[in-house]
Amino acid sequence: MNNRTDIRPGSTMERVNANLARRYAKERRFRRMGMGAIIISLLFLTLLFSSIISNGYSAFWQTSIQLEIHFKAETLDPDGSRDPGLLSAADYSSLVKGALRGIFPEVKKRKERRKLYALVSSGAAFRLRKMVMSNPDLIGSTARIWLPADDDVDMLVKGYIDRDKPEAERRMKDFQIAWLERLQREGRIEKRFNTTFFTAGDSREPELAGIYGAVMGSVFTLLITLALSFPIGVAAAIYLEEFAPVNRFTDFIEVNINNLAAVPSIVFGLLGLAVFINFFGLPRSVPLVGGLVLTLMTLPTIIITSRAALKSVPPSIREAALGIGASRMQTVFHHVLPQALPGMLTGAIIGMAQALGETAPLLMIGMVAFIVDIPAGMMDPATALPVQIYLWADSPERAFVERTSAAIMVLLTFLMAMNAVAVILRKRFEKRW
Amino acid sequence: MAGLPLFKHPLKDINRLIMHPSTLFFTLAILCAFSFWIGKRRALTIADGQIRNLHSLPGYYGYYATLWCAIPALTLLALWTGFESNIITALVIRGLPAELQHLPADHLNLMVNDIRNLVSGNIVSGEIDPAMRAAADHYQNLRQISQAALAVVALTLSILGTLLACRRIHKAQRARNGVERAIMLFLIGSSSIAIFTTIGIVLSVLFEAIRFFQAVPVGDFLFGLKWSPQMAIREDQVGSSGAFGAIPLFAGTLLISFIAMLVAAPVGLMAAIYLSEYASKKMRSITKPLLEILAGIPTVVYGFFAALVVAPFIRDSGSLLGLDVSSESALAAGLVMGVMIIPFVSSLSDDVINAVPQAMRDGSYGLGATRSETICQVIIPAALPGIVGGLLLAVSRAIGETMIVVMAAGLSANLTANPLQAVTTVTVQMVTLLVGDQEFDSPKTLAAFALGLMLFATTLILNMVALYVVRKYREQYE
Repeated sequence: MNNRTDIRPGSTMERVNANLARRYAKERRFRRMGMGAIIISLLFLTLLFSSIISNGYSAFWQTSIQLEIHFKAETLDPDGSRDPGLLSAADYSSLVKGALRGIFPEVKKRKERRKLYALVSSGAAFRLRKMVMSNPDLIGSTARIWLPADDDVDMLVKGYIDRDKPEAERRMKDFQIAWLERLQREGRIEKRFNTTFFTAGDSREPELAGIYGAVMGSVFTLLITLALSFPIGVAAAIYLEEFAPVNRFTDFIEVNINNLAAVPSIVFGLLGLAVFINFFGLPRSVPLVGGLVLTLMTLPTIIITSRAALKSVPPSIREAALGIGASRMQTVFHHVLPQALPGMLTGAIIGMAQALGETAPLLMIGMVAFIVDIPAGMMDPATALPVQIYLWADSPERAFVERTSAAIMVLLTFLMAMNAVAVILRKRFEKRW
Repeated sequence: MAGLPLFKHPLKDINRLIMHPSTLFFTLAILCAFSFWIGKRRALTIADGQIRNLHSLPGYYGYYATLWCAIPALTLLALWTGFESNIITALVIRGLPAELQHLPADHLNLMVNDIRNLVSGNIVSGEIDPAMRAAADHYQNLRQISQAALAVVALTLSILGTLLACRRIHKAQRARNGVERAIMLFLIGSSSIAIFTTIGIVLSVLFEAIRFFQAVPVGDFLFGLKWSPQMAIREDQVGSSGAFGAIPLFAGTLLISFIAMLVAAPVGLMAAIYLSEYASKKMRSITKPLLEILAGIPTVVYGFFAALVVAPFIRDSGSLLGLDVSSESALAAGLVMGVMIIPFVSSLSDDVINAVPQAMRDGSYGLGATRSETICQVIIPAALPGIVGGLLLAVSRAIGETMIVVMAAGLSANLTANPLQAVTTVTVQMVTLLVGDQEFDSPKTLAAFALGLMLFATTLILNMVALYVVRKYREQYE
């Protein structure tokens, strides 16, 4: 409009214009600060993911050593009876040792031999036993078999042990490295997909440790949590949203739910310890107690989301149902609930994701023991995936660092999958009234 | 003990009656389905096949019968499994030889544990003497009897319940009202669980804390400056009488939470402001979910990251500057905790900033204010109560956060304000006191509950205040 600059000196306009540049600069600064805050957060997110992935991806491959194993009949089955009891008690590690001696006949000293045997994991003998037990015809034959290497070998092959360090400061001696280099030249060392990691329970030996036991523990715990918290949470939401009269009692319930949602999770662990374990005498370390504790912890989340889902169903649906003579209960269960169910399921999945990642309350109720066996039920001692991560993070072996990171990758994959399902559910079934 | 041989033979028959819990449950489920069918059919028979003769739809009579079938049996099942082991243990202890019965309580506990281990075939800690072997057999017998009795009584109850319900069914019976009343009770019961949980937390923490305060005076706990919870095992042991002064723990918790809030409050708030006032719709739709990922990452992952990456980084850069930084510095734990709380702060602030009416922004723009001036001088003052409430909630999260500090903060209770040194927190001590073997009469274990009480009370007060402030603020603009 008026582009001419006829501003009188000393006027308000002049004072405003004099400050404009400074104010705009301030504006730009402010905006950059906002941008910076977001960049910092996202930077941290990428840093976290990249450090976990770069530390953990190598755990999915495990160094193996190929050995010619001669299943000697005289060690395994001297009297030829093929008795399973004798077969399982036989000395399989001597087969591995024999094969190693066959490759390195020049190693004679006891001490060096022990170092030589240490190249192969102590789990190799178990694997041989398993092979013989399932197929006794192997006895007497010779086979080339890939056996898991020791975790130190694994770390060296993956480059985590610095070969240039002085010998005294690293876990592998020079002569061991020389043996390994010879094995490598002969093509006897290979990185193979680490199936043990997905099929085994916990172990003190990193190369034998797996997450399967922890995953099963988490599965049982979450099954109980879901089975209890979803029906109870939905029922509570229905009552509070559809039936509850406005009075002191319902007010008190609401205050309680809001507060419970913000109580630190470790306090729920104390509750579980004092009530379920000490008072009711349930055993420690079992998924049943873990599930009960996590149920109480996730209930507020599920109740709050379920109430939001019920709220989004328009009153006209209720009025129509009541109008044709349905009872209030029929209205809710036949007409309102089906409309609100997708929203409730979304909330339940988010609650489950929260429960899956929870560690602190499980520490309190003893699901933090060293458990090798795969739990088979609700009453078997078990750990959970996040607890396993915590336990491995505490282990001193270098090889556990990559396994911890790999376990975290598995956990995060589960969580992302659950959240993706929740988002899809919401997108798919969300109704705009 | 005297009656033991008598059980030998009847037991064989009792064994046949024992049902695995899942089998029992499954049988009950089948019975319930059957009772539904019976109830429905009974109603239809009474009504001569004409539904209009009945008060309710026939299905409701079925549900009515099912309720009678299931509820008494399930209640019994729950009570039985809840109290079975306690009662059996008491009976076994009474059956023990007199000299064993008068052992001190903790010895008796150990022995009961050994007996239980014997029963389940686990390794026993001490030697097995004949009295314990006999007690284990006794335990086993009692358990078998109890299981068998449970199966018989539960199934009988459910069948009787069904029969009773069928007898009560008649044309004018208000089956729907009955069923709906039962459902209503279930709904009310479910919503009261929140109350019971709170009561449970308060009672369990309070009881053990009171026991703790009988051993250690409240004043020593609240105002003591030294924390070293090692207790003497023998009376004459030197130097480990245990000191339970919680001030170093409170100070450590506050220090780490303070560092966390120094990170989370400005970053979270600025991110929220940028997202709600500056960002385009497209950028918002990308950035918000990314921030939510940060909120969804389990705390154990943050803890691992803090211990593996952040703490060594801070230590190394500290030594470059010539500073002596502990490898478990409060700074590392606080920084990572701060990052964890960023999305929490930003989403809460985002909500309150969006709740400020558009008219206030428009008014400010109309007066010629720039965007940042509008934000700083209009929107933030208007949203301040909500933001403060959100920050209080964030503080309570930081105080109660466990895994990050367990993995990245120290164990030694230093009373210091230097963020480069290792401090310990309330939650770390709770975990270290309670993980592993424990006996429930040592002040060391009970101290964890006293700490839990402090933690619960603090977070409860913070939450109450925060929720009150937020609610008050919301009312203003709604």
